[in-house]
Amino acid sequence: MAAVERPFPPGEYDVVVVGSGPGGLQTSYCLRHLGIEHAVISRDERPAGMFQRFPIFERLITWTKPDAPVERTSREYEWYDHNSLLAEEPELKALVPGLMDRAYDLPSRGEMEAGIAAFAERGAIRVRYGCTWEATRREDDGIALVTSDGEYRCRAVVFAIGVTKPWRAAVPGLEHAAHYVETGTPERYADRDVFIVGKRNSGFEVAQGILPWARSIVLGSPRPVQMDALALSALRIRYLHPYDEYARGGPGTYVLDVAIERIEREAERFRVLTRGTTWDGTLEFHVDDVIAATGFETPLLDLPTLGLVTVNDGRIPALTPFWESVSVPGVYFAGNASQGAKGIGKRGAGASSTAVNGFRYNARVLAEHLAAKLRGWERPREAIDDPVSFLLRELSSAPELWVQKGYLCRVLADERGTYVDDGILPLAHFLDALDHDAVAASVEVDESGTILPTLYLRRGGEITERQLAPHPLHAYEGEQYRREVAGLLSY
Amino acid sequence: MDIAESLGQLALFADLTPSQLEAIAHTHEEDVFAAGERVLRRGLSGGNFYVILEGEASVEVGGEDRHQLTRGDFFGEISALTGEPPAADVVASTTLRCLVIPAAQLERLLLERPQLMLRMLRMEARRLQGTLNWRP
Repeated sequence: MAAVERPFPPGEYDVVVVGSGPGGLQTSYCLRHLGIEHAVISRDERPAGMFQRFPIFERLITWTKPDAPVERTSREYEWYDHNSLLAEEPELKALVPGLMDRAYDLPSRGEMEAGIAAFAERGAIRVRYGCTWEATRREDDGIALVTSDGEYRCRAVVFAIGVTKPWRAAVPGLEHAAHYVETGTPERYADRDVFIVGKRNSGFEVAQGILPWARSIVLGSPRPVQMDALALSALRIRYLHPYDEYARGGPGTYVLDVAIERIEREAERFRVLTRGTTWDGTLEFHVDDVIAATGFETPLLDLPTLGLVTVNDGRIPALTPFWESVSVPGVYFAGNASQGAKGIGKRGAGASSTAVNGFRYNARVLAEHLAAKLRGWERPREAIDDPVSFLLRELSSAPELWVQKGYLCRVLADERGTYVDDGILPLAHFLDALDHDAVAASVEVDESGTILPTLYLRRGGEITERQLAPHPLHAYEGEQYRREVAGLLSY
Repeated sequence: MDIAESLGQLALFADLTPSQLEAIAHTHEEDVFAAGERVLRRGLSGGNFYVILEGEASVEVGGEDRHQLTRGDFFGEISALTGEPPAADVVASTTLRCLVIPAAQLERLLLERPQLMLRMLRMEARRLQGTLNWRP
């Protein structure tokens, strides 16, 4: 058999994408679509590296509904399918639902992995597999990447390397504990007392997974469980059974707000010393297992030595609205690490950038931003004859706005009364950096969880915000809405 | 230094115990802004309360600098407490790291931690005094 030629040899490129998970593949697809020369390198041997291993208990928390009231190839269907990557070609759209066995409306790990691999294969996304990024240098006009195959030079690098490196909180003795990634099979916890450090996704996932096996389970971390936040969290779809048992007074499962002061080995068991954070006092536990479900960090390698600023205890790169490092120009992030751009954070709301549903849109916006910046790409000028209908349709059904609430928006430029489509943009960019008159549509959520369609009108540098009334079916195309938006545009 | 340690060094949080600080640090997010990025936006609803952990910011009205804020200072409290949109912009002057507390949670936090409320009130009173003493 002839050797398969590996694409993208070391050399100079406009952009180098590092990573072959959904973030890297989506970025590459979008760059290619815009005609931007780029290389994709990955240390893995095949796509979707993380989904080959995680989540441990095999089920995602983001939905895909194989049947929906809209066509699978339509843009609206993306709102029903939070797991497929985006494409223009009908045969590349919505690949995950066709691979699901429908045991659940959340794909299994294997179904997700297959969906991403199918996208890479059918979309002919070329990747130089087995090429490991080893070091980074800043150069006058860009970035140099040292890899196992040689050196790449580029004007912009997009790291789509996930948030995949196990991270442990700075708790004395936590190094003795198994990390989430070492949890193993649930049977291993049969008739054992287990202390799980962490009350976020992976903590609840492990607790749910071992619930039928463990003798007792304690979930402990300083952060109180916030029911109002959980009500809007993807977590509740799958993993809140342990919390439900505790809240209803069930024995053997405890969900505690505690700072963990120390973990000590005692023969084959562990002693866990804790102090209440929302109550006064201390508690001591003697357990068979401690699992550090304290999450992951981005494997940033030497980037911090280049001055890369991070958030969340050094775990996530701090990013601008276009996902560029706030401190190292030319270094961008896609995929899960794009969560480092928080958006305008109205009412504390963040972006949905930790899962495919949100970061697939970030990747598309990023590709357009890079194309404009590096190659002078301009969006085709499409005049919108009826801006009122256009904006209300976007508010009612645009998947970008409904997934990335209060974070991405649809923008129409106002050119002396003629409206031209400016596409999907970060809301922060619209509010802070746009230099022409325009109107933006954004779907937002208030403190009580009510979804509010919101418009921003930018005229002569002044911004007017207008929240439209909520609608029980989120249908904003009726006459009352038309009058309100027409009034705003004529303002 | 983790967020709880950073908070412990700030006057606003000086009366809280380490575990109370840890609860605040774990409950609320930090955010980092590039120099020149806007943090608080005049006239827009839904602003948060921010405490500066590192870096500097300027309070701007109509694009004009009015006041510099630095480590330990806080902003956004007036709109967070009154529900009215902010009357000024706050723009990062350097890379700026802040603890971010949404308005609805600020009220809860102040009621839970009256020592924090008292500290904030005193600092607010000093600011008011400074404003009243101000002569053009």
